[in-house]
Amino acid sequence: MRARVFYRTLLGLGIAYLFVPVLVVVAFSFNDFKGRRNVSWEGFTLRHWADPFKLPGLSEAVLNSLTIAFLSALISTIVGTLIALALVRYRFRGRATTNLLLFLPMASPEVVMGSALLTLFVATHVGRGYVTVLLAHILFNLSYAVVTVRARIVGFDRHLEEAAMDLYANEWQTFRRVTFPMIMPGVLAAFMLAFALSFDDFVITNFNSGSMQTFPIFVYGATKRGVPPQVNVLGTMIFGVMVIAMGIFLFIQNRRKKARD
Amino acid sequence: MTTRTDAADKADRRRRRVPYLLLAPGMLWLLLFYVIPMFGLAITSLQEGSLEQGYTFTGNIGSYVSVFTTYLPQLRNSLMFALGATVIGLLVGYPLAYAIAFYTSRWKSLFLLMILVPFLVPFLLRTLAWRVILADQGVVVSALKTVGLLGENGRLLSTGWAILAGLVYNYLAFMTLPIYVSLDKIEPSLLEAANDLYATPWTAFRKVTLPMSMPGIISGTLLTFIPAAGDYVNVELLGNRNWTMMGNVIQSKFLVIIDYPAAAAISFTLMAIIVTVVVIYVRRVGTEELLT
Repeated sequence: MRARVFYRTLLGLGIAYLFVPVLVVVAFSFNDFKGRRNVSWEGFTLRHWADPFKLPGLSEAVLNSLTIAFLSALISTIVGTLIALALVRYRFRGRATTNLLLFLPMASPEVVMGSALLTLFVATHVGRGYVTVLLAHILFNLSYAVVTVRARIVGFDRHLEEAAMDLYANEWQTFRRVTFPMIMPGVLAAFMLAFALSFDDFVITNFNSGSMQTFPIFVYGATKRGVPPQVNVLGTMIFGVMVIAMGIFLFIQNRRKKARD
Repeated sequence: MTTRTDAADKADRRRRRVPYLLLAPGMLWLLLFYVIPMFGLAITSLQEGSLEQGYTFTGNIGSYVSVFTTYLPQLRNSLMFALGATVIGLLVGYPLAYAIAFYTSRWKSLFLLMILVPFLVPFLLRTLAWRVILADQGVVVSALKTVGLLGENGRLLSTGWAILAGLVYNYLAFMTLPIYVSLDKIEPSLLEAANDLYATPWTAFRKVTLPMSMPGIISGTLLTFIPAAGDYVNVELLGNRNWTMMGNVIQSKFLVIIDYPAAAAISFTLMAIIVTVVVIYVRRVGTEELLT
């Protein structure tokens, strides 16, 4: 019983610790500050919420972030799913090398990957901007997509596919009607993870964006002059959208689980 | 085997090609944008020249020499902060994961989501939030002053402590989640068996729970150590110039000063050191699971 109380308290403290900075971000989007820096609480206002996009460049930066996150998540999830299928379903030579090659990007610090890509683009005289950032994001998302989808494929029953084949479904039909629906939650999770990783990436983007701005790059630039409250407004909006997306994801999963039982 | 028809042979050969076709796009990507750039980084680090006159490959190892003569403090800071963040992260993350795995019957997935909550706010914003929390006039500083842990003019912002706080916070979920996953796999009957065999709770933890959560600990510590060692944002937003890490040097050499060979040498050295540390660590604690 005492252990129970102890761990419950600990959990409460831990959660509080994790939430405090988030609350600070949200609270300071309502801060009625008069000075130059939005760092101490001076009263409540809604005025920053009135036109969050009025800062020059902010809306383009957010738009860039959203489209890059969507495209890189889409491409890395598709390519990653193919790799995951190959790794789980087939025995082939070069398997260990493949695994190593997938592991390395996850084991490399972002500064190293970012700077390596920068030297590539400098050496090949490729102008840095939207496309180079997209290429880089697909790269670092890829390994995470493979890991996420693979975890799902490993767990499921192959007999279902064999049953489909026995019932004269060809390979493509089996994939479309049996395999794909089964791995779909993994694919969806991979997409969401990749989207979040890409949207939030600062370091690799900083090395390869040139003069193009994403939301994190915009925030970073703003820290030099004092962060405008509109950034907190957007941060709060992103937080809200993420919470809702997660809620929907959980709800769907829950309903599926219930339907299966 | 002799009864095999040509058609079956052909189908077999096609089947053997399938995995390579599935792998091709991804592997091509990794080759073009990971392997080749890494070689490029190595080559750049051995070049000489200037931005105006261009760089030529001379096999000059001068850049590497200066890494160890000039940037030793930064190297030390990187390793020290990464190690500190990993140890503190483990001390905070393990009990958290343990509490979720064993003491939250119905609300498990809700608590897991709460661990992820910091990740729903952009990285730079949640780091900036620590500026407010650790500010000189803030609650934390005045509380520490009251209990005497901090002197009259003591502060937290712009010190090593603030950097450490930021690093621990930013990577805590990477530590907690893998540990939770491995703890969650432990069958309660195993612990009951230990209990039946007169193991004290502490012995049961040491002999059953801890060894079984080792894969989670290894993943968690690596997922914290590696990004923390390469970090430069926490220093920039929470610390000061006295605490710059390798990441800061790489960033400024590449993007501000623009001295590619020196920057590449530092970057490559950081990578080599991290890989060495990781390999030794994984060998010592022993698991092959990680690579498969």
